Amino acid sequence: MSVKPAARLRRKDLVGIDPLSPGEIQLILDTADQMRAIAARPIKKVPALRGKTVVNFFMEASTRTRFSFEVAEKRLSADSLSFSAAASSVSKGETLVDTALNLEAMQPDFIVIRHVHAGAPHQLARILKSSVINAGDGAHEHPTQALLDALTIRLHRGTLEGQVVAIVGDLQHSRVVRSNVLLLARMGATVRVAAPPSLIPLGMEKLGCEVHRRIEDAIAGADVVMMLRIQLERQGRMNFPTVREYYDFFALTPERLKLAKKDCLVMHPGPMNRGVEIDSRVADGPQSVILEQVTNGVAVRMAVLYLLAGGHGEPTAD
Amino acid sequence: MTRVQVLDARGVARALERMAAELIEHAGDETLLYLVGVQTRGVPLARRLARLIGVKTGHEPPVGALDIALYRDDVGPWRPAHQQPVLRDTELPVGVDDKVVCLVDDVLYTGRTVRAALDTLMDYGRPRAIRLAVLVDRGHRELPIAADFVGRAVPTSRSEDVQVHVQECDGEEGVWIAKEVAG
Repeated sequence: MSVKPAARLRRKDLVGIDPLSPGEIQLILDTADQMRAIAARPIKKVPALRGKTVVNFFMEASTRTRFSFEVAEKRLSADSLSFSAAASSVSKGETLVDTALNLEAMQPDFIVIRHVHAGAPHQLARILKSSVINAGDGAHEHPTQALLDALTIRLHRGTLEGQVVAIVGDLQHSRVVRSNVLLLARMGATVRVAAPPSLIPLGMEKLGCEVHRRIEDAIAGADVVMMLRIQLERQGRMNFPTVREYYDFFALTPERLKLAKKDCLVMHPGPMNRGVEIDSRVADGPQSVILEQVTNGVAVRMAVLYLLAGGHGEPTAD
Repeated sequence: MTRVQVLDARGVARALERMAAELIEHAGDETLLYLVGVQTRGVPLARRLARLIGVKTGHEPPVGALDIALYRDDVGPWRPAHQQPVLRDTELPVGVDDKVVCLVDDVLYTGRTVRAALDTLMDYGRPRAIRLAVLVDRGHRELPIAADFVGRAVPTSRSEDVQVHVQECDGEEGVWIAKEVAG
């Protein structure tokens, strides 16, 4: 382990991977490693966040991430409440800031937010006293997803440094790829991305990754292949001719996986489109760690909540 | 900073020797004994006590490690700005149910660590009994907690710092009282 963990996470919010130092990322991953053990205990609950209130404010559909945060909050004994846009006053025309200020008036300690617009968590972090955790904002960042992916890789490989990670799929609309490239590059991994040219955003290489137009070039010799979901609901704009053609040129199939290292890990942030970006034989195969990612997601979210609860002021003397 | 040694390596060894004898005598049935060290320095002390008990009785009790960070009372709303304690391994190689668990720590001070350790342990099962063994009891309890086995009682003032160093963690062995010197 080459990166020394930071002594503490002296932050109020987790709005993205971008502001984090390698030491802070290491601290979150080390803490998450310990949190994993709690799920194996006879009583899967610790009192660390007793008396803290967490609002899960999901303005965009999510099951995995929201449940994962809820489980993490319950395992730490926090009181949590969740609501979605459809069931709130947002549907009556209230602005994001007004909704957030009203939530804060009930004095929660954390607000976990998912929003369709990039930057919404940053805006709330600036105006709210509560800790804000970004659970995905537009096509911008999804920091806890990148952290759980990193934890999964580290558990199998021992380190992130020197790993070759290929990320293939809809780079244009994916917040997962941004957070992952930032994190992995910062921790010393080599990141290659691949997509059809119509799904590669301008300036992608500036995030610190190699950009490829053929999946074969990206996954050759890779330690990890991470497939991204083709967001079928966003494909009205004809980014590629047909789903069938996408499968033929960009899906991870057993034949293509042979190009990667023999023990290459197969990852997917979910939800998967079987037969579109990933073949079922790979998704359910021996190299797949897709369900482990979900398990590790709970541990990572517990770690983030625990570390942010430490506060952001000056440390008191012990 | 002045540092006064109250136990040297031989003193520590003698104290542990005596504690092991007391543990055996008190246990009655030593096959039920289970030594659980509180992270960090309680763990090597628990290992040494187990070895001593093994030599004396022919039955070396199992040893576990307990991290109490998630159960501490100095995090949370009472101390709004502080450093969250680093989490360490909790390893209980055998279940605590029906065992006579002896918690082992280096220093007994306010008793708050022991309170947290008791709560942690209870989440892992229902021991037959829980005892407490500490190398140094420095007084100043804030909770109604007492040790069953004490290596050395050392009167201190609150401004002093008791340092227990063990070979496994610190590369030196002994107990010191350190005091900040004004000016």
